[in-house]
Amino acid sequence: MTLSWKTGGLALGLVFFLAVLLVKPIGVSTQFVILDGILWDGLNPEVVTQTDDGYTSTNAYLAKSGGKYAKSVANPMNYSFIFVLAMMLGAGVSSYLRKGVSAEERTMPNLWRANFGDGVTKRYLVAFLGGFIVLYGARLAGGCTSGHMMSGMMQTALSGYIFAAGAFAAAIPTALILFKSEG
Amino acid sequence: MTGILLAIVIGAAFGAVLDRVGATNPNLIGKMLNLTNLHLMKAILLAIGTGSVLMFAGQMLGLVEVGHMSVKTAYVGVFIGGLMLGVGWAASGFCPGTGVAAAASGRRDALMFIAGGLLGAAAYMATYPMWKASGLLSGKALTLGAVPGAKYDALFPSLPGDIVGIVLGAAFIAVAFALPSRLDLGGQKATAT
Repeated sequence: MTLSWKTGGLALGLVFFLAVLLVKPIGVSTQFVILDGILWDGLNPEVVTQTDDGYTSTNAYLAKSGGKYAKSVANPMNYSFIFVLAMMLGAGVSSYLRKGVSAEERTMPNLWRANFGDGVTKRYLVAFLGGFIVLYGARLAGGCTSGHMMSGMMQTALSGYIFAAGAFAAAIPTALILFKSEG
Repeated sequence: MTGILLAIVIGAAFGAVLDRVGATNPNLIGKMLNLTNLHLMKAILLAIGTGSVLMFAGQMLGLVEVGHMSVKTAYVGVFIGGLMLGVGWAASGFCPGTGVAAAASGRRDALMFIAGGLLGAAAYMATYPMWKASGLLSGKALTLGAVPGAKYDALFPSLPGDIVGIVLGAAFIAVAFALPSRLDLGGQKATAT
């Protein structure tokens, strides 16, 4: 069951407002870097190291801005990382309570099936490659749909508008080309 | 400890609302982006508008701390990164937040999206020095108007940033209501349902 756009949009707006009222604006894509850092540091403990006044890393990206990402890698129990884990909990419970996603939808959306058939390998490959460029692009941009588009435009940030212009300028033509059948 | 508790409460609320508004459903993302069902677009515009009006009105009343704002830097790479994200978003039907939430809702293709995302983020970590050296990452964190008490410069310093935020917020809400539920660019789609 999907909420109406009015109820759903209002609820979503309230969550973004509560976040900035109580803590800070919502953002997600940085946590992909933090999880990468945690896994990498687990394999090679020399990647993130403690210094006199904080943390640093052999990786220039983790070490940037005074090692703030390195610090989060060293301390996974921080606000932003727990936030994303809690998001999964919230979405999982919500999905369970609405009787979840149908068996057919679990592997691919109907819109995909209507346009490209029901080959699972093809869908998984595109989802994987999609994830790759989404996160590469989000890290290049310094944020994603949550941090730049929603939180950014809500704060009248110029960067949010630039990001949204780029994202929709690419996403709409891509979807028009890929999804000609409505399913 | 309060911080972790807030992370759990706000994070769980965010995940649940993303799920209930349909943002974890790649069908609705695809149909928003091919302009055949703008349900999610209207919800997103209403959300941004609501958040903006509440935050800036709260600041003017002294109820919301201006220091909680976090404005990101504007640079050329923001646009390039936005283009890249747009292609992957449309093809997969997921963005970072909704992908994570969709995987939790039981979608297996979203797990593949997350795996690709972790590799993409790692690839950026490896190539970051190149982007840094290109100069495409340098810029400034700017708000549109000057927000009283905020540490950010304004694109239009003569405009009061809090009023700008409320006016734009109201505009987002108005567009959310004005937008039709679908935009048909071709006749073929109109008969497909």
